[in-house]
Amino acid sequence: MSKTLYDKLWDAHVVIQRNDDSHLLYIDRHLIHEVTSPQAFEGLKLANRRPWRVSANVATPDHNVPTTNREEGLDGIVDEVAKLQVITLDDNCKEHGITQFDILDKRQGIVHVVGPEQGVTLPGMTIVCGDSHTSTHGALATLAMGIGTSEVEHVLATQCLVTSKLKNMQVCIDGELSKGVSPKDVTMAVIEKIGTAGGTGYAIEYCGEVIRNMSVEGRMTVCNMAIEAGARAGLVAFDKTTLDYVKNRPYSPKGDDLEIALSQWNELKSDEDAVFEEVIHIDGSSLKPKVSWGTSPEMVIDVDGSIPEASTESLSHALNYMGLRPGMKLSEIELDQVFIGSCTNSRIEDLRIAAQVVKGKKVSDRIKRAIVVPGSGLVSAAAVEEGLDQIFMEAGFEWRAPGCSMCLAMNPDQLGEGEHCASTSNRNFEGRQGYRGRTHLVSPATAAAAAIAGNFVDVRELIE
Amino acid sequence: MKNNYNFHIGRIAPLSRDNVDTDQIIPKQFLKSIKKSGFGPNLFDAWRYEDEGYPGQDISERSINKDFILNQDKFTGTDVLLSKDNFGCGSSREHAVWSLMDFGFKVVIAQSFADIFYNNCFKNGLLPIKLPQKIITKLFDIAEQEKEIEIDLVNQIIVCDGNEFCRFEIDPFRKECILEGLDEIGLSLKFSEDIKKFETQRSKEAPWIFNISNEKQ
Repeated sequence: MSKTLYDKLWDAHVVIQRNDDSHLLYIDRHLIHEVTSPQAFEGLKLANRRPWRVSANVATPDHNVPTTNREEGLDGIVDEVAKLQVITLDDNCKEHGITQFDILDKRQGIVHVVGPEQGVTLPGMTIVCGDSHTSTHGALATLAMGIGTSEVEHVLATQCLVTSKLKNMQVCIDGELSKGVSPKDVTMAVIEKIGTAGGTGYAIEYCGEVIRNMSVEGRMTVCNMAIEAGARAGLVAFDKTTLDYVKNRPYSPKGDDLEIALSQWNELKSDEDAVFEEVIHIDGSSLKPKVSWGTSPEMVIDVDGSIPEASTESLSHALNYMGLRPGMKLSEIELDQVFIGSCTNSRIEDLRIAAQVVKGKKVSDRIKRAIVVPGSGLVSAAAVEEGLDQIFMEAGFEWRAPGCSMCLAMNPDQLGEGEHCASTSNRNFEGRQGYRGRTHLVSPATAAAAAIAGNFVDVRELIE
Repeated sequence: MKNNYNFHIGRIAPLSRDNVDTDQIIPKQFLKSIKKSGFGPNLFDAWRYEDEGYPGQDISERSINKDFILNQDKFTGTDVLLSKDNFGCGSSREHAVWSLMDFGFKVVIAQSFADIFYNNCFKNGLLPIKLPQKIITKLFDIAEQEKEIEIDLVNQIIVCDGNEFCRFEIDPFRKECILEGLDEIGLSLKFSEDIKKFETQRSKEAPWIFNISNEKQ
């Protein structure tokens, strides 16, 4: 029987079927960060249990870490409550012998950037993490899902997840992207089309010419926001692009192991006649840069579009919160801050694109703060090597240390009340980036262009 | 108000919004706690209060948003939360479920739930009930009328005014977990031999998955 990529990954990891609907799914890799794990470790301890397989786990602190004074390590965390959480992760990893890239490790970073970068994420794996953006890792032909803290404890204790099979959705993006249109615009276009609940209960496989021609970094951006379309998992089939990315990573297989791995990885694609419960087509050639205007990731318009009418209660709430009027142009919004970073857009490719836009220009006087937060210590080092940090700083951006930063603003990087931010992150929920802050989700290129102009502009006009 | 897991009687708090995300249910500044309790006072923090909340604050000194449903007299003491489409979307934070329960909610009824939130509910004994839009609309009326509803989990029915109001669907295993309060990890560990067998096979097929260690750079 023909199978989808998701079906294949699922079938290869089912330990047992407990009843009609619930299965024990074996988990190859478990990624851990400081916010959703302490209660899970505490639960293990209370029940007198130990991790089932220590080598399955890799940890790094990312949500709470400050992006300044990093050389001070734990002492650089001013907030005592946050510091305790990071220390708790250190203690738990030490106690159980779990590999951690700690706050002072050059490999520390956002868990979804670090995993693939280290070869900790490899094709064919099942991967979970107590973080909804775990869908990111599906870009490497893995089955990767976000889980809650009880499930973190369950996976630690049993190496399995109790779960039911998802339905299959195929999202096919055909054609060729215009210059200035990026993976972020693609993933936002998908959410705009199917809505934030459109993918609920599904695993989304992204395919089509646009995805095939996309780098692994770009595919990660696309899969990252599968969860914003409601889907726990996003996937992309394995191909030569994936192989080129994966090989020679610190934890990736080498020599004979790589040959064996490759024979398995080559199967990681949907069969030609595989059946998807839902199929969506998007014409990639017609896509324009996207900007979110509201308080849900489905409230998205083209960069040259207008703010919609308050036709529903939700839209009315969103307009009110964002301080916008129907019919306004995006360019009329006065921006206060610009954030380039997050597990969606903080990889080297993202920074290169943004640097290309800002090179030789200055951040507008209207922008109170523009920051670049690389996804990991290694991304940061690579960017410095290429001189990107200098380009950003000369333009007036602040160059920060790696972490989640303003994506969820658990650390000191936050918006002030009423401030508008052009942000390369993934959620524009009320207060997400700071109390009463107003987030506009955009690509790195659009964020960079907005920093220079002080308002939203069509980046396609800048890079022709 | 009565709850012995298989049967619950309570009144409804109507939260008339789609896409209530977990960032709204419990804002990020409260996620720094390493405990599972104490989140109730900050449930829906940005909607319940007119000032910015932070951990360790004296709640009694805060300015209340009187318009928010949980602050209206008629909805005081409600323990069934009613909402619309895609409740619990966004972040996987289980703190959202802990907050709702710590505040006193026993049941959440919505037109649909986000997957991760829905799972998290069952792990903690918060009962999520999915119902069609038509029925949700009627429940909003019942909430306004301040009527009690009876939620019979064993028979999967909601009773109002002494009559069956509607039936609801729930996965049998998850129903059992809530009814019996099962230790899910203990239950899975009964399959330890199956897990070990699977793992041995997997480590032969894909040894590179098993080679993470602290020493390796």
